[in-house]
Amino acid sequence: MRRRPNYLAGAGSLVWLFVVGLPLYVMLAATLRTRQDYAENGPVSIPDSFTLDNYTGAFDSGFGQYFFNTLVVTACVIGIVLLLVPPLAYAIVRSRGRTTSAIFRLFLLGLAIPAQAVIVPMFYLISEAGLYDNLLGVILPTAAFCLPMSALILSGAMRDISPELYEAMAMDGASPTRMFFQLVMPLSRGGLSTIVVFSALQAWNGFLFPLVLTQSDSTKVVTLGLYNFQTEHGIDIPGLLGAVVLSMVPILLVYLFARRALVRGLMGVGGK
Amino acid sequence: MTTQITSARPAAGPRKGARRRPPASNATKVGRPSFAWALPAAVFFALFAIAPLVMVAVLSFMTWDGISSPEFVGMDNWSRLMDDPVMLDSIWLTLLLTVLGVVIQTPLSVVLGVWAAGNQRNRAVLSVIYFIPLLLSATAVSVLWRALLDPNFGIPAEATWLFGDGNLFGKQATAIGVLAFVATWQFTPFHTLIYQGAARAVPEVLYQAAEIDGAGRYRQFFHITLPQLRNSMITSMILMVVGGLTTFETVLILTQGGPGTDTTISAYYMYDKAFQSFDFGIGAAIALALVVAATIISLIVVRVSGYDKMRSTMEGVS
Repeated sequence: MRRRPNYLAGAGSLVWLFVVGLPLYVMLAATLRTRQDYAENGPVSIPDSFTLDNYTGAFDSGFGQYFFNTLVVTACVIGIVLLLVPPLAYAIVRSRGRTTSAIFRLFLLGLAIPAQAVIVPMFYLISEAGLYDNLLGVILPTAAFCLPMSALILSGAMRDISPELYEAMAMDGASPTRMFFQLVMPLSRGGLSTIVVFSALQAWNGFLFPLVLTQSDSTKVVTLGLYNFQTEHGIDIPGLLGAVVLSMVPILLVYLFARRALVRGLMGVGGK
Repeated sequence: MTTQITSARPAAGPRKGARRRPPASNATKVGRPSFAWALPAAVFFALFAIAPLVMVAVLSFMTWDGISSPEFVGMDNWSRLMDDPVMLDSIWLTLLLTVLGVVIQTPLSVVLGVWAAGNQRNRAVLSVIYFIPLLLSATAVSVLWRALLDPNFGIPAEATWLFGDGNLFGKQATAIGVLAFVATWQFTPFHTLIYQGAARAVPEVLYQAAEIDGAGRYRQFFHITLPQLRNSMITSMILMVVGGLTTFETVLILTQGGPGTDTTISAYYMYDKAFQSFDFGIGAAIALALVVAATIISLIVVRVSGYDKMRSTMEGVS
């Protein structure tokens, strides 16, 4: 019974498509052109050359190492999140204790803490712990800042498990631990994949912690590599954009495979 | 921030309402996990987020160069900040950029979100493309736009009729314009997604009733859709404000706070003071001011909007 098409909004969305799509097209096209072609014909012209040098060039300037580092950081952050958040969310949803609700409030408060707010003491803490310029020094705070949102997402998912199932298991004399492994974990697979994607995105795109907590090439992550590439070879725009495209390939792959989980997680932020 | 998330789950249907106040019998306690399950995460979080937050307050009363040990100096950092014209300017700039962000992105993402919640044929494809900026890191987005807007090799050099001399980063007004534009480009898709989710949840009966009363599309939008999006709008705005106050990479990469200090927003000034001038005490003071500002603004938005009273958008539906 739905109404006529909304032409005005449709036109508006096409304009927006142009605003979003054109820069992405220019970026992609530029990375396949030679530097000379780009400089002579400008960014929005039709390419008259084809090359993959911009991609190989990025690897020559160290991006292989940066990718590896980012991968290590991302994997470890996901590991920590998966280790800590499911029990936390389980307690938030099922425990009746006052301590648990205090802990939950602590995490809600944590949602509002931006990384910039703690970066100075973080630098102090990490240096004192001897983790400066060490990937572990990036992993720990990055994981910590993934916790509040992950806890919120996962406890939301766990709330959907029907109480009757718990009651049935309790009737059979199951312990909380058994319920956790045999009921809660299998039934929150959707929520778990959402928090994995969410933390992966955070870790992969993280910038401030690596910027402040590392310095040498061997601990540099992709985002820092981009930033450095820009300050050092700012005029080699096709090369720079090649590095940008490379930096987003893994995330786009994850997106293709986990689109639903990601969108669900992000929409959940709106709360409704 | 806190209130809105807790109240963001009023999804308590009759089922959940029924088990809200359980009798304190043994039956309800059986098989419930103790708080110990939450402890590892809580300790980890306290160590790496809460403790630094406390330390930033302490450090703001100290002077520290990053090498020798910190020394207590009382209100010194704070009084220096009060007299620092760059700091005052940075606060105005931060507020300006935040307000610009809310004013530009809110109408845009409401309209796009409501549109995307509809059932157009090509909506799915378009949504995928809209979504891409959301996946890019702020770093990648900033590097991309820095390249596209390069005065010599970028788009402005080609379209001088539109951009004048093409050096958008050379003047304060255009540099701020670029920062606002890039933020819009990057974050509008996210807020669109929030509104899309919310618009889908608007009960269809409301539109059916309006249709019967002969209300046109635009009346339906202003009298049904918009009021129903109220809660999401507040959530989205709070996120915009907190995001705006803490913008950092964009400024670092696009303008380096320049020309001069014309785009030195507070978060960038904090980084500059702490990690480039090695004046960590001042940096901590700026950081603390940022947290306090973000918290106060969130609380005000929640209070003014009456969101804390949890007025339901479902009013008049059932």
